[in-house]
Amino acid sequence: MKQFLAFIRKEFYHVFRDSKTLLMLFGLPIVLIILFGFALTNEIKNSKIMVCDLAKDEASKALIDKLEANKNFQVAGLLANPNQAEAAFRKGDIKLVIIFPENFNEDLLHLKQAQVQIQADASDPNTANTLTNYATNIIRNYQQDLVLNNQAPLRIETSVRMIYNPELKGTTNFVPGVIALVLLLICVLMTSVSIVREKEKGTMEVLLVSPLNPIMVIIAKAVPYLMLSLINLTVVILLSIFLLKMPINGSIFLLFFESTLLIITALSLGLLISNSTDSQQQAMLLSLMGMLIPVMLFTGFLFPLENMPLPLQVISNLVPSKWYYIIAKAIMIKGLGITAIWKETLILIGMTLVLLTISIRKFKIRLA
Amino acid sequence: MDLNEKVITTHKLTKRFGDFVATNEITFDVYKGEIFGFLGANGAGKTTAMRMLCGLSTPSSGEASIAGYDIYKETEKVKAHIGYMSQKFSLYEDLTVMENIRLFGGIYGMSNAYIKSKSEALIQQLGMEKEVKKLVGSLPLGWKQKLAFSVAVFHEPKIVFLDEPTGGVDPITRRQFWDLIYEAADRGITIFVTTHYMDEAEYCNRISMMVDGYIKALDSPTRLKQQYSAETMDEVFFELARGAQRKGD
Amino acid sequence: MRTLLFLLQKEFRQIFRNKAILPVIFVMPMIQLIVLPLAADFEIDNINISIVDHDHSSLSRQLVDKIAASGYFVLSDYGNSYSQAFQQFERDRSDLILEIPSDFERKLVRENENSLFIAVNAINGVKATVGSSYLGRIINDFNADLRLKFNPAQGLNPVPVIEVSPINRFNPSLNYPFFMVPGILVSLVTMVAVYLCSLNIVKEKEIGTIEQINVTPVKKYHFILGKLIPFWVIGVFIFSVGLFGIGRLVYGIVPAGSILLLYSFLALYLVAVLGLGLLISTYSETQQQAMSLAFFCIMIFMLMSGLFTPVDSMPTWAIAIARCSPVTYFIEVMRMVVLKGSGFADIRYHFLMILGFAVLFNSFAVWNYRKVG
Repeated sequence: MKQFLAFIRKEFYHVFRDSKTLLMLFGLPIVLIILFGFALTNEIKNSKIMVCDLAKDEASKALIDKLEANKNFQVAGLLANPNQAEAAFRKGDIKLVIIFPENFNEDLLHLKQAQVQIQADASDPNTANTLTNYATNIIRNYQQDLVLNNQAPLRIETSVRMIYNPELKGTTNFVPGVIALVLLLICVLMTSVSIVREKEKGTMEVLLVSPLNPIMVIIAKAVPYLMLSLINLTVVILLSIFLLKMPINGSIFLLFFESTLLIITALSLGLLISNSTDSQQQAMLLSLMGMLIPVMLFTGFLFPLENMPLPLQVISNLVPSKWYYIIAKAIMIKGLGITAIWKETLILIGMTLVLLTISIRKFKIRLA
Repeated sequence: MDLNEKVITTHKLTKRFGDFVATNEITFDVYKGEIFGFLGANGAGKTTAMRMLCGLSTPSSGEASIAGYDIYKETEKVKAHIGYMSQKFSLYEDLTVMENIRLFGGIYGMSNAYIKSKSEALIQQLGMEKEVKKLVGSLPLGWKQKLAFSVAVFHEPKIVFLDEPTGGVDPITRRQFWDLIYEAADRGITIFVTTHYMDEAEYCNRISMMVDGYIKALDSPTRLKQQYSAETMDEVFFELARGAQRKGD
Repeated sequence: MRTLLFLLQKEFRQIFRNKAILPVIFVMPMIQLIVLPLAADFEIDNINISIVDHDHSSLSRQLVDKIAASGYFVLSDYGNSYSQAFQQFERDRSDLILEIPSDFERKLVRENENSLFIAVNAINGVKATVGSSYLGRIINDFNADLRLKFNPAQGLNPVPVIEVSPINRFNPSLNYPFFMVPGILVSLVTMVAVYLCSLNIVKEKEIGTIEQINVTPVKKYHFILGKLIPFWVIGVFIFSVGLFGIGRLVYGIVPAGSILLLYSFLALYLVAVLGLGLLISTYSETQQQAMSLAFFCIMIFMLMSGLFTPVDSMPTWAIAIARCSPVTYFIEVMRMVVLKGSGFADIRYHFLMILGFAVLFNSFAVWNYRKVG
């Protein structure tokens, strides 16, 4: 037991003596929380648009005023000719060009039908789609204002309630995802590298000839990273409560329990990577190149998983952070208990057992 | 050994790291073809001194010239005329024996034809014909070190610096290694070697003993033993190192 | 020059001899480039909806039919208990609940107005907005149809209508991978360049071979070029396979702009990010340190680059940070040149900035390298 503690202490020294590792281990989660809390958003705001007003009449001017007043748009200029739209798009920052044809108001009043053309820079389809929708809504509202006088009969009203996140803040969606991302990536990276480093330097053999059982050696390597990750988790949760004003609605103990589970899953994956590689470089590239973007996408907090093609949805089931994200959302935001998430919990436990079995088997083969 | 030609001269060469003086005003000369042993306990300042002479670190004060070139102003010329073998094995383990020889030959500006003929002779001399195409990483340590030395003198430098070259190898290999050193010295290459093995110190023409950054003694092994009325170099070493303030790492 | 050739030969030998790393450099990025753009799809359809119908009138059924037929919604649950529907909601099996009151049809006919209740799972705010506005539009249409049916006379005296005709330029089919492939390719090339460059140099430090090189007449710039050129070549290679092999063959993306322009930008960009790798290596003694620093930089650069979330929507201070990342510029340039056919004049500013980064990172790295040596 004493040797076991000595090993653990040695591992802590490795981490705490190295300012660069500390920067990644503790600096990165804090920076990520701040970025996702205050900088990054899926919303589309402040988009620069241009207007080509060939009508220059009452209705077109009223509509341009309404566009300018909208927080999503920033009217960056007027075009004299619709043909200039192309060049404006090529320059890059114009997302939408709205064209009012000649006689706009007249058509509207006399023919009871007028046309507006919206050209969008669809190289970014999401922005194009969203902005077209925003502009269409503004135009629709203007149109409804016109007919407001003749109050329509048979009115169906709708009252909408936004549940869990009434202010539609992006952070609500991001924070559980960032926790999943941070715990998974950093844990896998640190464990795999710390074990492979000892292999590469030959110090692993020294540890393995010590009186400790090889399995205990591995556990001694894992425990410090489990503890560091729990510290990390605590910091991230405190930041999200006090800095991002995002309270935990469910049981905080349950959240820690589930997080510990994810950390153990990540440690097992790190162990597997370290047992399948021979050099630090290989372990690092595998964990970083191989995991960064897939984990970001398949956790489901950047892009909704249910939109993905079926084969990718199947693949996403293999990513542990996806399950943790569902669990963390349920606890943190919806305030649900274990009855709602027992299935996801079982899946994570299953993944951990499979990963551990494979890597311990590989480890034993190496020893033999 | 040619007493008329000095290849290393230093005068009050000093290196400070903050308040710590690693080497303190060391002054000595080394002659052409000499085997010069550089001894001292761990932390005495041997490696720092050697790194300054190789151009790996800049002295804080003092003067030194290597092969007639000033170590401040003519580092590039110094580098062209020295060879170096560090205590860490530092050939590329993921290149083959031949590829390592070609790489370092090429770096020193030797022509391809010359590299080819000379490397063939070298391989034959080392008896490594079968290993030419093997990765260096797969060779036993003794062979690696012999190869590293041969690569360090491949471009016929004026001086070769050896930093604890025989750590971790068996006595027979060490003996073979010293045969290579003698052979190089016979060709007129000056050998500057640091070591912990006192039996190796006996092989040197002259040795210097560093204690706490100073050179405490400098003479041939025989004269040193007389001076300290000692039977072996071990005794000389203990006599000198006893007063050391610094602890080894 | 000859020294450089010997060093280059050595680097390429070492890279291609390392069978464990080669697939990580060449195969893994390509697989990711094939798979990931399909995952990054923002188009929101197939929204799961639970409908709680307390009315069970013909009118309510007509509304349900209309919603189910719209193509945006999948009816996950149809019942008459709100709490049951809410359970579906909690377990993420439905994103929206529409509750139809028991007197829906009667009240509408008698009092000429009625109200529906919609509950939206708003954890993902964007999805919630889109979903509720789709549903709102369907209900509005249903309402208009209803009026026409009950009061056909209105058809003779139409209200003024503004018809909106949207035109989607450069990508008329709103194909999302068109947008994602260039961006993901840039991130992959960046990761390979920065990680490989920094790790490789630090590895030589760690095992001591760099010292052996330092005592030879090899000049610092020889050594640095000997490291940068191989990774520059690898970067260009991966970019080309990604753009022509995968972008073209798998996704059918044909660059609209000048290929020459793209490659000139790439050439400069790689010098900049390799300079970053070099800089990281001068600050690190061990591979673990280099990896930590590189991971930290890459993560922030990538998130701020506009790869996944729009830069324009960020607050001003964050936009300023985004403008300090070379990745941001290359992703913009790729999207502009490949998708819109922008020319040199359109990306002058980007060129200038990336030139600045190249000079800054490399001179800083070389300066720091001297200091350490």
